[in-house]
Amino acid sequence: MPARRLLVHFLRDDLGLTGTHVGCDTGNCGACTIHLDGEPVKSCMLLAVQVDGAAITTIEGLAPDGELTPLQRAFNEHHALQCGYCTPGMLMSATALLERNAHPSEEEVRIALQGNICRCTGYVNIVEAVKAAGGGA
Amino acid sequence: MLLREVDYARPETVKDAIALLAENDGARPLAGGQTLVNVMKARAASPEVLVDLGRLDQLRTISFGADGMLELGAMATYAQLISSSEVEVARPILGEVAATIADVQVRNRGTIGGNVCVNDPTNHLPPLLVALDARFTIRSQGGERTVGASDFFQGVYLTAVGEGELLTKISVPPATSGTGDGFAAMTIGRHGTCIVDAAATVTEDGVRVVLGCVAPTPARVTEMEERLAGSDLSEESVRAAAAGVGATLDPPSDVHGSADYRRALAETLAARAVLQAAARRKR
Repeated sequence: MPARRLLVHFLRDDLGLTGTHVGCDTGNCGACTIHLDGEPVKSCMLLAVQVDGAAITTIEGLAPDGELTPLQRAFNEHHALQCGYCTPGMLMSATALLERNAHPSEEEVRIALQGNICRCTGYVNIVEAVKAAGGGA
Repeated sequence: MLLREVDYARPETVKDAIALLAENDGARPLAGGQTLVNVMKARAASPEVLVDLGRLDQLRTISFGADGMLELGAMATYAQLISSSEVEVARPILGEVAATIADVQVRNRGTIGGNVCVNDPTNHLPPLLVALDARFTIRSQGGERTVGASDFFQGVYLTAVGEGELLTKISVPPATSGTGDGFAAMTIGRHGTCIVDAAATVTEDGVRVVLGCVAPTPARVTEMEERLAGSDLSEESVRAAAAGVGATLDPPSDVHGSADYRRALAETLAARAVLQAAARRKR
């Protein structure tokens, strides 16, 4: 493994896990968000070699048997995606939030998603979906 | 973007990390990587060897030293600062300010040591740590030395940490009776890049006021501190003490704000930080 390989490229190009997206490639957009030992992080700002021995969950790991999680169903029901590019990162950030805080307030949802950019201006529906998955809407 | 080729080492001890830094020209410590990996992508930095500090758990601890100082390991993340009960007891402003850095993902990886060693003039923690009178412990193969905050920050992207050295911890005096801390910032978006920020500490000995983003390093505002000596710290007297501070500064002009705008912000934010610190004095 070359040390310069970014984790996001390792996931996509070496492992074929293309659900994790490369968006801005500068650490801003959050499309590459994955879980590192259970915490959301941006995989474009990590070298693959750094995570040797750590537990990584990608978007593919949310519904390994094909049955959507309640959060994924809420995204579907609330029209929380349009083009879908930001969706994997949004789901990873929101999943981590709900694992820590099962019933987040709108403010808490917005803070948790601050590192994820949607360019279809879908934030309202995304926030609604996360709140619904948390039983709050 | 592809990084230039780089060698990589992940030492298991601080001693080994320092040896790697000392023995390799062009070696750089890799802490959380939330700045370094990006500047490597942009080819603004091209270290020969990355010394990953990720396995050095002894640098991640937050605890109280034998002398009562709050000791923050250089690899403590912003998320740790936010959730630490020690920080909450001793100096809660550190967690509050850490919670305004970037976003959840960055706060999970970014470290206090990385933040201060980058010493980007738009970072919030350098001016805050100067206001808190923090001390920085730097280790090398020759031993350990401790540097005060005013000597640690030396220039844009430049600190007292030299080649072959490693910042290992930051020590902050815990708040005592009569101590209060304040922080005020103008940023692009709620948790975005800083335009000007101000940190203040009120103790029984006086007031410390430090501005960020107006100079290459955090700038103490001694004239304002002197005007506040013995002050009742009422809103009127604090605003009067801030008046004229802007004219003493030579801040940069850029797309985010002119020098004059920064001078005006500096006075407003310095006053806000002092008023917050005064209102939060510990009984």
